[in-house]
Amino acid sequence: MALLDGITHSETVKAHRPWPRVIVADDGWRQAIDLLADGHCSLLGLWGDAPEVHMALLDETSGDVAVISLSCKAGRYPSVAARHPPAIRLERAICDLFGLKAVDTPDPRPWLDLGFWNVRHPLGNKGPARKPTPYKFLPAEGEGLHQIPVGPVHAGIIEPGHFRFTANGEHVVRLEQRLGWVHKGIESLMNGATLVEAAKLASRASGDSTVAYAYAFAQAAEAAMQVKVPTRAAYLRALMAELERLANHFGDIGAICNDASFSLMYAQCGILRERTLRAADACFGHRLMMDIIVPGGVSRELAPEGAAQVKDLLGEVRHVFPRLIELYDNTASLQDRTVTTGIVTQELARQFGAGGYVGRASRRAFDARRVFAYAPYDRLSFEVPVLDAGDVNARVWIRIREVEQSLSLIEQILNALPKGEIKTATGNNKVCEGLGLAEAFRGDVLVWLKLDNKGCVARCHLRDASWFQWPLLEAAIEGNIVADFPLCNKSFNCSYSGHDL
Amino acid sequence: MRKTLLESLTHGPLTEPAPAPDEAALAELAKTVDRTARARLGRSLSIRQIDAGSCNGCELEIHALNNAFYDLERLGLRFVASPRHADVLMVTGPVTKNMREALLRTYNATPDPKWVVAVGACAVDGGIFGGSYAVAGGVRDVVPVDLHIRGCPPSPGELLKGLMALLDGANGATLTSKAG
Repeated sequence: MALLDGITHSETVKAHRPWPRVIVADDGWRQAIDLLADGHCSLLGLWGDAPEVHMALLDETSGDVAVISLSCKAGRYPSVAARHPPAIRLERAICDLFGLKAVDTPDPRPWLDLGFWNVRHPLGNKGPARKPTPYKFLPAEGEGLHQIPVGPVHAGIIEPGHFRFTANGEHVVRLEQRLGWVHKGIESLMNGATLVEAAKLASRASGDSTVAYAYAFAQAAEAAMQVKVPTRAAYLRALMAELERLANHFGDIGAICNDASFSLMYAQCGILRERTLRAADACFGHRLMMDIIVPGGVSRELAPEGAAQVKDLLGEVRHVFPRLIELYDNTASLQDRTVTTGIVTQELARQFGAGGYVGRASRRAFDARRVFAYAPYDRLSFEVPVLDAGDVNARVWIRIREVEQSLSLIEQILNALPKGEIKTATGNNKVCEGLGLAEAFRGDVLVWLKLDNKGCVARCHLRDASWFQWPLLEAAIEGNIVADFPLCNKSFNCSYSGHDL
Repeated sequence: MRKTLLESLTHGPLTEPAPAPDEAALAELAKTVDRTARARLGRSLSIRQIDAGSCNGCELEIHALNNAFYDLERLGLRFVASPRHADVLMVTGPVTKNMREALLRTYNATPDPKWVVAVGACAVDGGIFGGSYAVAGGVRDVVPVDLHIRGCPPSPGELLKGLMALLDGANGATLTSKAG
């Protein structure tokens, strides 16, 4: 409870698990902001639950997590962003969805509401639709500057988002992102949904991380209902999570090289990715392993021929991948593009609590598998690679090292896979709350869940790692040439859908 | 690099034979696609992909069509960067209200004749996202659709079957014989 010692709070919410949630007044809320601004803890999430706002905090040294809740008076609360910039977009989203206003927020512009919905504040006090008004991009002034607008529809097989570049010749002076295009209203669809329906929605927050979302959602539901997952199911979950990480890292490593016009790596990594997805399909009957992790365990057994195919995959990757790493490392034209390009400073990575390879390439060693040691990672041996440089090259190398770790983890899982049940019955008739945190390939996914006394969802909040990575991309591209943007963007590979929800 | 390249030469291609066209897709195309348009488009089609609100699962599998196993370009199908160059718009996702206008503008920027292929369960009618304040519906609620490829997400094999039907659809004779 060390984290909460410095925060004045009244009651502790009884049925919130596994970490505490406390009710605070303005003074406690401000103390938490001080802790964030002074770097004593990191922001894990900030979300609305009309008429309340909740803030999840992490003490990075002890691994303590706590949620603090403030009841808004007249729909207002003291701005976190005023002193801690990582909260800016979260506050803008809360305002769009709930109508709760952050007093003294540095940026009151809308974020997810682009003016096309028929309703205002869809999750709070609903009102008539906002009139679409021209969006005011932040200014960048100077002689010879020009703007390059890109998107929302991009020139490739990519998700939609708008990027507004201000450039001086070839050099980017300012990049401003405008997101929200794929906002589907997932959190409103969650309200009143059964656990099964809600798990399906969570699994489709970001398709590339469907396993991680289902994992975090199941963790939250199980914590709330105090359900213990069979050991075999825990191992199978980790098997899926590592296969998902492998597939995505292969895809990313190849695609980053492709954005530097080195298509041989792209083709070779594409083969490894395809083989990984085929092994996943052989194991669990779905290439992306959607809807296999469910609250209480997993919904299907590992197919007997699947394990053999995964072992073949490990053999092939161990044969081919080292050669590809060598190729990456020894191709001067490729290194020329990735080394010192798109640097994220260690200070920014720490301040934003950047997860995944974005944080770890800039010295932030956080990995939910290690810090929270959820089953079965408490029994598996693995390293969390960390680098200092913070450039595109470092983000590639973190992925390379993580591929190696995932191979070892998968091997350990297959060797230690215990026999037994794969699902515990779930059922609930009490109001209860749970928080889940799982490590997706791009960083930690947070799921906060409140269940009603019929076992349905009263409120569910999903927070993708991208929320704290997208803003760093704006910082990383500054001073780089426009042509390096695809490279930087791919090295982040933030989720649009996971962010927009 | 030399070793990798040499091995690729000696191992032979990984590319698998293209599947037969999907029968259901052929039947749908027989109803929707105008025969003269088919004749003009021929067997080589340029595809512009648009994510109108998907979870990005469909994008992953569409991407896979370019890998060595499926190698879409050998069939005369290729992804292009601009709607101005496209014959086919491949649209994924429920169409979000935020993306509705962008989709319409992209559709209008595509020269005639053009086909629209809606990919994924959500693209049919909004799927599990249907009914949300932020979702306009399926793709056909915004632009006319010629072909649906279902699945959550459809596997590259399923995508390929649907696209093969599109190519066969481009060849009037085959279409007539298959569709009876």
